[in-house]
Amino acid sequence: MERNRRLRVMVAKPGLDGHDRGARIIARAFRDAGFEVVYSGLHQTPEEIVHAAIQEDVDLIGLSSLAGAHSYLFPAVVEFLKERDAEDIQVIGGGIIPEEDITRLKAAGIREIFTPGSTLDDIVAWVRENVNPKE
Amino acid sequence: MPSTSELVEKVISGDVRSVARVIRDIDDGIPAVRDVLKALYPHTGKAYVIGITGAPGVGKSTLVDQMIGHLRADGKTVGVLAVDPTSPFSGGAILGDRVRMQRHSMDEGVFIRSLATRGHFGGLTQSTRSAIDVLDAMGKDIVIVETVGVGQDEVDVVRSAHTTVICVIPGMGDDIQAIKAGILEVGDIFLINKADREGSDKTLSDLRLMIDMDQKKYESGTWKPPILKAQAVFDQGVTELLEEIAKHADYLRSVYGDLRFRARKDKVREELAEMIKNRLVETVLRGITDTGEFEEAAEAIVRGDIDPYTASDDLVLPKISLPDPE
Ligand SMILES: Nc1nc2c(ncn2[C@@H]2O[C@H](COP(=O)(O)OP(=O)(O)OP(=O)(O)O)[C@@H](O)[C@H]2O)c(=O)[nH]1
Ligand SMILES: [Mg+2]
Repeated sequence: MERNRRLRVMVAKPGLDGHDRGARIIARAFRDAGFEVVYSGLHQTPEEIVHAAIQEDVDLIGLSSLAGAHSYLFPAVVEFLKERDAEDIQVIGGGIIPEEDITRLKAAGIREIFTPGSTLDDIVAWVRENVNPKE
Repeated sequence: MPSTSELVEKVISGDVRSVARVIRDIDDGIPAVRDVLKALYPHTGKAYVIGITGAPGVGKSTLVDQMIGHLRADGKTVGVLAVDPTSPFSGGAILGDRVRMQRHSMDEGVFIRSLATRGHFGGLTQSTRSAIDVLDAMGKDIVIVETVGVGQDEVDVVRSAHTTVICVIPGMGDDIQAIKAGILEVGDIFLINKADREGSDKTLSDLRLMIDMDQKKYESGTWKPPILKAQAVFDQGVTELLEEIAKHADYLRSVYGDLRFRARKDKVREELAEMIKNRLVETVLRGITDTGEFEEAAEAIVRGDIDPYTASDDLVLPKISLPDPE
């Protein structure tokens, strides 16, 4: 009888650094929160991430990055979304990201940045608050 | 929101965003999507549908990835539905099949979509069937449906395929016995993946025996499921699999004269019965839920005021003689 849309999120890990533990942890937290999570794996280019997100018709892309590549990879995802006319898909990022970068990333269209100080509950709560399944 | 006719036009022209949107509406059980599906229907019937199923981790997604590679090299366009029937009805899911197919995500000739169990009526089988129609209408030559083998759900999901490939791995032993229940009947081709591992010959002879013993189904002149070996991760045996699928397509063509899924009365009956059931349940149950009658009846049964037999008669019988409230 439920005909409410369920939140669909893609968790992706752009860049070349080695493991995806962080991305998997966040994917599980989103699942436990009742979201439908499309996990797209390691080593993807921003353009690949955007293509996948559009095919999957997600509401949100969660990007995870460890090795400092966020400063160009995260904004590149936002740019490609714009290019493909898919700005309704929101983007958030997480990782070890210095304070000064956060302001810049937000200015570039990343909705929120989560650093190791944020708990999984914080992230889930933010998503619940700020992202609605599209109508 | 684009209008229905705009959306339909865009899907037919292959617009990825619109296709993704329609599948989302199917998935979310949005009633208005029925009109889109009705309008798309005349544009369906061209795609060849391949079902890939098997226990968790046997290498289905890896195999699908390689199949896409071969089919693309052959100039075919491909749609993939990666279906996960294991997620709970209410609650989240992690859909990870895409990971293995990443290299195709930029290819305009490939459309990959993950689907999970949803709580709405019709369930996964109906949503998968409808999503196949959408990929068909957008012009994909081949639609591959991957679903993990867990029982009845998977059997139902692959029923929509022209050719169903059952994947196993060497040394499954008892698991092979478990396949027997239900799934053996739906297998058109059996594939022993991870043949680089010990025991593939034993698995092959076990399977052969099981299939041959199933006399009733495999009379002479009918399709006898071949058993193949493969190493999906090394792209071994994938060409052979595609050749067998082509042979099976030839067989279907010779038997039914037409490859359209809806040219086969057995399939049509099955689908129509399913749709009527879903439609009835959806319409009636939604109606009595919205009015609160459902809850009232439940409480009355709990109080001991009425029995469930009478209650369900009272709720349903007056409704089914009424015109569709929608
Ligand atoms: N040794 C060996 N490993 C393989 C082969 N094919 C796939 N694998 C590995 O098996 C593991 C599971 O592969 P997947 O393709 O994800 O399997 P799956 O059946 O799609 O898994 P689920 O969707 O989770 O049920 C991966 O680590 C693959 O690399 C093969 O032929 N030989
Ligand atoms: Mg898989």
